[in-house]
Amino acid sequence: MPTVRIPTSLRKLTKGQEEVKAEGATVGAILADLEVNFPGLRERICDDSGALRRFVNIFANDEDIRFLQNLDTPVKESDELSIVPAIAGGL
Amino acid sequence: MLTQVAAAKASSGTVKALKCRECGREYPKLALHVCEFCFGPLEVAYDYDAARKLLSREVIERRPPTMWRYHELLPLDLPPTVGTQVGFTPLVRAHRLGARLGLSELYIKNDAVSYPTLSFKDRVVAVALSKARELGFETVACASTGNLANSVAANAAAAGLACYVFIPHDLEQGKVLGTLIFGATVVSIRGTYDEVNRLCSEIADKYRWGFVNVSLRPYYAEGSKSHGYEIQEQLGWRQPAHVVVPMASGSLLTKIGKSFDEFRRLGLVDEPRRPPKLHGAQAAGCSPIALAVARGQELIKPVKTPQTIAKSLAIGNPADGFYAARAIRQSGGHAAAVSDEEILDAMRLLAETEGIFTETAGGVTLAAARRLVAEGRIGPDESVVVCITGNGLKTMEAIAPHLGAPTTIGPKLAEFDQFITHQEKI
Repeated sequence: MPTVRIPTSLRKLTKGQEEVKAEGATVGAILADLEVNFPGLRERICDDSGALRRFVNIFANDEDIRFLQNLDTPVKESDELSIVPAIAGGL
Repeated sequence: MLTQVAAAKASSGTVKALKCRECGREYPKLALHVCEFCFGPLEVAYDYDAARKLLSREVIERRPPTMWRYHELLPLDLPPTVGTQVGFTPLVRAHRLGARLGLSELYIKNDAVSYPTLSFKDRVVAVALSKARELGFETVACASTGNLANSVAANAAAAGLACYVFIPHDLEQGKVLGTLIFGATVVSIRGTYDEVNRLCSEIADKYRWGFVNVSLRPYYAEGSKSHGYEIQEQLGWRQPAHVVVPMASGSLLTKIGKSFDEFRRLGLVDEPRRPPKLHGAQAAGCSPIALAVARGQELIKPVKTPQTIAKSLAIGNPADGFYAARAIRQSGGHAAAVSDEEILDAMRLLAETEGIFTETAGGVTLAAARRLVAEGRIGPDESVVVCITGNGLKTMEAIAPHLGAPTTIGPKLAEFDQFITHQEKI
């Protein structure tokens, strides 16, 4: 089952777990599965239309899914997803 | 934290709250910069009805010539205590440069002579450090490509604040020395600016200092609006048809756009035929925002390894890239990405026509303006302001190899006569 890394700010919803397992063949399906086990998680990551929020990045094996097929990006059993807030720092 | 809450409660006047730019959730005026719910950036919200009652051209004109003459539109709850002299740099009518570019009404907003550290960063730092003091911080810090480092270090020294500065390891010597001299603790990171920035997000989380461009970012960024306010007042309370702005994170361009919106909203400027077109300037070796604009994309594709002599603009993953690209698009403006050769040419052109020595980033801005004129995006008789944000003495390494050396002669008139005869032959 693919692994999903959870950022600190969302760990309240995963009962403190840094890593969780989720089922699904695409990133979108995995998010749906996460919502079943950890209610409230999806609305933090996706907006009302279901699209990924602008300041949230999801990496599939270190590649930003926006440069793959977004929520339709296929996920294999051995893959690792990371949810990372795009913190607005900088100059 | 208690001090922070007390300061937030003591607030009055025009500054309302922090508000998420994405989902609109409101937060108290503390050292917060990211929305807890959707991770969007927080921005300062103002009570413009209150500001309208307090501000008029006459009221502003009677105040001292510093950025604080617009204090109702800057995010402090108490009078400023740091950088009280900052701002009101010259707006130069550039006749000679205009003639070379084929522009009849060209202006240079010259923050290369900003007080005290010769870049527009003095504006944002004046706000950030004054706010840091309001909130009770005794230590301030920043991630920087150089100019911010200089300004935070200098202003922190004058304010008696402890200061940590984080920079990429390969900055120009002037920017490193110009930070060390103020007694700041300078930490040089083996990595790109984006890696420095990511590290600083983690440090800011752990150490709880007043991190000017992380935890104090919503306040800090507002300081840039003063550059835009001054342009409008110095033009005689009107707005230019075009403004050309350098882009690193994209924050300056966004905030100059906001300054135009606010002055129109408050009725402080003559209503323009159309709002100014915002044009963004980047170096070709690091142009994620300009590329998104050129391709009409919302998405900013980060640049992993920036390669340009304009190190102060070398941000591969710009925090405000999305908003800058949107502001450009909505204003009808455009963006240009220019080569290192064009940057150096433009630095010399500005110096030789207007007597202004700017750093590489200024070369980027002027070269971009040139490109936009050549492409017909800026018309010959339209008013244009080019924003020069930093000083050439800080990036001497870049221009030195292109200037040659002075001729050395002995202290004898005969030698000079020989030299001048030789000169005349050439």
